[in-house]
Amino acid sequence: MEERYDSWPVKAYTYSMIIWGLASLLYGVVISLQLVYPGLNFGEWFSYGRLRPIHTNGGAFGFGLSGIFALSYYMVPRLAKAPLFLPKLAKFNFWLYNLTIAAAVITLHLGFSTTKEYAELEWPIDILVVLFWVFFAVNMLGTILTKTVSKMYVSLWYVIATILGVAVLYIFNNLAVPASLFKSYSLYAGVNDANVQWWYGHNAVAFVFTTPILAIFFYFFPKVTNLPLFSHRLSIVAFWSLVFMYLWTGAHHLIWTPVPDWLQTVAIAFSLMLIAPSWGSVINGYLTMGNNWEQMKTNYLAKFFILGITFYGLQTLQGPSQAIRSISSLIHYTDWVPGHVHMGTMGWFAMTIMASFYYVIPKIYKTDLYSVKLANTHFWLVFTGQIIYSISMWIAGIMQGAMWKATNADGSLKYTFQDSITASYIYWDIRSIGGIIFLAGAIVFAYNIFKTIQQGSQASKVKTEGAV
Amino acid sequence: MSENQVNVLERKPVILIIVTLLVILIGSVVTALLPFFMEGMEVKISTVRPYTALELEGRDIYMREGCNNCHTQTVRPLRDEVLRYGEFSKSGEFAYDHPFLWGSKRTGPDLARIGGKYPDSWHVQHMTDPRSLVKESNMPAYAFMATTPLDPSNIKSKMGALRTVGVPYTDEEIAAAPELLAGKTEMDAMVAYLQVLGTMINKAAVETVVDSATVSPVVPDSLVTTPETEVK
Repeated sequence: MEERYDSWPVKAYTYSMIIWGLASLLYGVVISLQLVYPGLNFGEWFSYGRLRPIHTNGGAFGFGLSGIFALSYYMVPRLAKAPLFLPKLAKFNFWLYNLTIAAAVITLHLGFSTTKEYAELEWPIDILVVLFWVFFAVNMLGTILTKTVSKMYVSLWYVIATILGVAVLYIFNNLAVPASLFKSYSLYAGVNDANVQWWYGHNAVAFVFTTPILAIFFYFFPKVTNLPLFSHRLSIVAFWSLVFMYLWTGAHHLIWTPVPDWLQTVAIAFSLMLIAPSWGSVINGYLTMGNNWEQMKTNYLAKFFILGITFYGLQTLQGPSQAIRSISSLIHYTDWVPGHVHMGTMGWFAMTIMASFYYVIPKIYKTDLYSVKLANTHFWLVFTGQIIYSISMWIAGIMQGAMWKATNADGSLKYTFQDSITASYIYWDIRSIGGIIFLAGAIVFAYNIFKTIQQGSQASKVKTEGAV
Repeated sequence: MSENQVNVLERKPVILIIVTLLVILIGSVVTALLPFFMEGMEVKISTVRPYTALELEGRDIYMREGCNNCHTQTVRPLRDEVLRYGEFSKSGEFAYDHPFLWGSKRTGPDLARIGGKYPDSWHVQHMTDPRSLVKESNMPAYAFMATTPLDPSNIKSKMGALRTVGVPYTDEEIAAAPELLAGKTEMDAMVAYLQVLGTMINKAAVETVVDSATVSPVVPDSLVTTPETEVK
């Protein structure tokens, strides 16, 4: 049965996921240290302003997309009960994708940047991104269209939404007129450019960090716990409300800016309403556990997924609260925001993706996981690292916001801007420690996966030789 | 939704794809597309002009170095922000900003009103060695800019591309641009850009707004010109 499904893309993207994942984490640790020790900005190629986009793009599009691709190539044919539509295209696309990410890293080092967040890549690389996305879409949608099952499970719905959402967002935000091979100017100006950018920016959160991860969660969580999903209907209701409401929320990144008030208010309202579908998924996950919560002790993978969906739940409560005008005025532009983002990326996104590989890799290499003990070590390292990261940044953020606002009795400002930076150094040091612990956890993960692959390959070799 | 409708969506991927796309487009059209056609999205300010060739080169260096990762360019209409940085930002001030450079994080201070705050020599010294002026600053040094000559070879195609997206550069301005950059360094361009930031509004007119106890996010009439009253 398993042989029906092409495992090449799953295996290949596992490697790129690990390579780009470790690279982006390493960049993250480096830039966190640069904030405290400016001497670590070695020349223009390695200065903070150029490295930070490599960290964010590497995390989202190097680590994240590799993981999403690998797991989609695993679950979509199985859910459609149909072979992968075009296996050769998948192979070609793997190389095209990795070439694109490598080109992204190099050009960002060289300073070719549009500056639009999570869309910094210049136009030739944008074209490559669109190409590999279209090829991915052809393979996934082709497989779904040739399905032999009558009903599509909700994971397939989320994969479809991911494919469509990213395509619409990426293309419209990146429209630009080239001035030379690596320089272009956005088609839009000023207020409209900001508005389009954050429509994109926040929906990159929706269609890269949320919908594909929900697809993965709803597929792998029931598998690893061996429990049926609590409610298919709830997952469908959550799907439609999530996909509808997310697109209205972009301007919550632009509270108190010159963007018109009505756009800000609409974004705030929809952000608050988004709590419902987000928690629909969280509750669906919790209730799937039913009377089997002892798995938190007996099943290391249940622990990963439950913590993952819990961080998703916390993230989707914190996010909407940040959209409220008074809260935004305090925490926007401060380190609170990276603290928030990293709860989602380290806690929900990375935790859920990595846990799924602990399930997939032993399956396709027909072996057991090399070490459950190491997987537990990985869990505690990334969990601790992320908690240290987020909490230190939340404290720093509130402190910065409060210092910026503080006034003396005569109404004059109490602190200079530099005062807020000087007071932040200790928290930035603590954040770096959290990042290093998280990176250590990811290295343990990579080691465990490699060892499992090695073990599986050796076992199959022995089997073949034995047959001869 | 009735049981039947759900069944159609569950069974027919083509219909699911179409419906999902439509649902994604509703919010996108209302919040991202319609504003392009709405009055009040951007209030015109008659004194705001396109960047000169040298300022534009500075802006491109600002983008290349990713300054926007640590510096915002929007002063919010909040009391402390107006006290710290100056008059809050107006939509019309960014009319020629392709792309916008508002940023999202202040690891350094906001720069929307930095123009004219310090002399040129302060900026040169600060970018060459930030800690020589602000002892505990964590800003990277950009000393290389002072010794890197500007490359004027692309300026015409850059201004041409900007004209395509709507910046009203004249043929004469584009033709004269390379000469204006001759002999200039990247530092000259950066300083020129920083010094123009936030200076294109009528400062006298905004003083009254700053003085009022509560800052209202409404653009004062003195700053706004309708096409009919526009001078020049």
